[in-house]
Amino acid sequence: MSIFTLKKPKPAPQAKTGILGWLTKHLFSSKINTVLSLLALYLLYVILPPLIDWMIISADFSAKTNAECTREAACWSYIGEKMNLFMYGLYPLEAHWRPNLLLVITLLIALIVRFSYLFKSFKYKVILSLFAVYPLIAFFLLYGNDFLGITIIETNKWGGLMLTIVVASVGIVASFPIGIFLALGRQSKMKAIQFLSVTYIELIRGIPLITILFMVAVMLPLFFAEGIEFDKLLRALIGITMFQTVYIAEVIRGGLQAVPRGQHEAADASGLSFTQKMVFIILPQALKISIPNIVGSFIALFKDTTLVLIIGIFDMLAIAGLATSDTDWLGRKTEGLVFVAMVTWVLLYLMSHYSKTLEKRFNTEH
Amino acid sequence: MFDFLSNNKIRFILFQVVAVLIVAYVAYYAISNLNYNIERLGIRSGFDFLGIRAGFEINERLIAYTVDSSNLDAFYVGLINTIVVSVIGIIFATILGLIIGVARLSSNYLISKLAEVYVEIFRNLPILLQILFWYNLLLIVLPSPRNSFDFFDKVFLNLRGVYLPKPIFESDFSWVLIAFFLGAFLSFLIKRFFSKKHDETGIKQRTWHYYLLSLLGLPLGVYWLLGSPLHFDYPSLQGFNFDGGLSFSPEFLALVLALSIYTATYISEAIRAGIESVDNGQKEAGLAMGLTQTQTLKFVLLPQALRVAIPPIINQYLNLTKNSSLAAAIGYSDLVGVFSGTVLNQVGQAIEIILMTMAVYLTLSLLISLGLNFVNHKMRIKGLNE
Repeated sequence: MSIFTLKKPKPAPQAKTGILGWLTKHLFSSKINTVLSLLALYLLYVILPPLIDWMIISADFSAKTNAECTREAACWSYIGEKMNLFMYGLYPLEAHWRPNLLLVITLLIALIVRFSYLFKSFKYKVILSLFAVYPLIAFFLLYGNDFLGITIIETNKWGGLMLTIVVASVGIVASFPIGIFLALGRQSKMKAIQFLSVTYIELIRGIPLITILFMVAVMLPLFFAEGIEFDKLLRALIGITMFQTVYIAEVIRGGLQAVPRGQHEAADASGLSFTQKMVFIILPQALKISIPNIVGSFIALFKDTTLVLIIGIFDMLAIAGLATSDTDWLGRKTEGLVFVAMVTWVLLYLMSHYSKTLEKRFNTEH
Repeated sequence: MFDFLSNNKIRFILFQVVAVLIVAYVAYYAISNLNYNIERLGIRSGFDFLGIRAGFEINERLIAYTVDSSNLDAFYVGLINTIVVSVIGIIFATILGLIIGVARLSSNYLISKLAEVYVEIFRNLPILLQILFWYNLLLIVLPSPRNSFDFFDKVFLNLRGVYLPKPIFESDFSWVLIAFFLGAFLSFLIKRFFSKKHDETGIKQRTWHYYLLSLLGLPLGVYWLLGSPLHFDYPSLQGFNFDGGLSFSPEFLALVLALSIYTATYISEAIRAGIESVDNGQKEAGLAMGLTQTQTLKFVLLPQALRVAIPPIINQYLNLTKNSSLAAAIGYSDLVGVFSGTVLNQVGQAIEIILMTMAVYLTLSLLISLGLNFVNHKMRIKGLNE
């Protein structure tokens, strides 16, 4: 007969609730985790205190001149002093209301589009006409027009965040229709058209944006007849669009490929022409699928916009360098760069967050 | 009247002819204007300028180059610098990306949060901004040569850059290399022998000491027998600056730092996506088959995760290489800086120079995508499309 001996009772389980429980579960669950946690804490200890000290605690927010700023920490009054430069570049002070007004108009349009379901019956007409008129308004407001009595402000005066937004927006809007054509061309059964599209896409994708910018900056006028002049900003816009088009085309190609075969067949069976099929059946679905990726490509473009500084256009990042050449504020480049970084980061973060919500909204697979 | 348009075949041909004609006309317009403008403005053309004396100094170079070298030599210096920055950047970005990617999946809350914050911060900042930021920071933080950061008196870090011992190979060193390749071949034979034995008998033997011996022992033995045919040229402070050794400028450091920190965010995301794409059931199945944890990881999980992760990672390598062209912004002598910058300004032959630069990047991207196709082919799910 076997005799049963009781095993020793196991110790009571560790607390799984409360702060202590959370800490053991998430930070100190094993030896390795404990070591890693301590390492991470040490890393935070090395980075955070000096950073916070430089940015906030020892920083100077109210100094009027460079000399009043303590040398050891950030001097934020410099940013305040140069704020106009960072936002508008050399755009004349008395005309700042123009970009501001444009911003208000843009936000209004965004609101109208957001709440377009309130006036369903003519929704598309409103939105389409807005998109048709908007670029004109934007151009006349920013550049000006003698006939309308708005003084012309040459683009070499444009700069700062305003310019960054202009370049990114024009890039995305202009590259959109061309991108659709290129995507369709790449998918086309017509060999010559397919070849041309593929060649263009692969050529541009293989080279850095900066070489394209160099090309348009130096070579573009040589390609046109004598006497055709190109604005420096316009050249940059052409280069950016040439570049962005390719990425938009690839994004839309992805969308086109995701449209089920049956949709093509159904459209063909209904007797629609190629154009009708594309405009009413395929493209709307493809674009809907691509929207999150289009936003993603816009984010990439927004980041790439900074490169225009290399061909001498003063976007916000270039201003951070330009502003330090002011002898009153020598040695304040770090503040400028950090400020630009914070502004860009917030904008890009908001955009990528928006792209994620879009992705959720358009995800119809359940 | 346009009845023939409803015929698909005719319409297809017509469209293509029109498209080709338009492209041909645009090309003709551009090229004829180009020729006219070149003549009108008296711009030289052709590639003769490559042979002309460059006449400027390049501080950062890995091949022989002096003021008297030709523009073609300057091109090579820039090209090699571009490749060096890209390769070193790729190595660091991969290591950092691996660490961050794995860290994001860690069960340790602090580690995974830190990794997430890292990705969110550095992915949402323009790369050019990061390059300028690190460059600016390095120039503030680094000390003058006299007060260099000193690591064991062999490695120095200061405002002029980082100074490393430079290996000098004597001619006998080639025997060590030969021994190394022999060792590699030997270990290949050893592996074949043991896996055959494993197939026949089912007995798994420890083999690592054989590999160690053939891969490391053999070359080291030869190295010792030949009397150490490898020396180091150590940098030393001469007056106001360091002399000797291998040096990299702050521009190089800033560029590599920014490129690898930025690209690592994308690589880590690719790795995370790869690991997350493997169904948990695969791990359970592997363990249920009696494989050990390591075997499950090695034979079941990793191959599937890598299939998803590697293609986007290779694309990131290409992006890093293209982004290295931003060196021009901080004055590092890469291809764009030296060739599309200095040489272009001196010679003024924009067309040839920009076309050559573009051709280099196109070739690099072609090579990388060839590599990508090869990897994709290697990693495709076998037996599906055969």
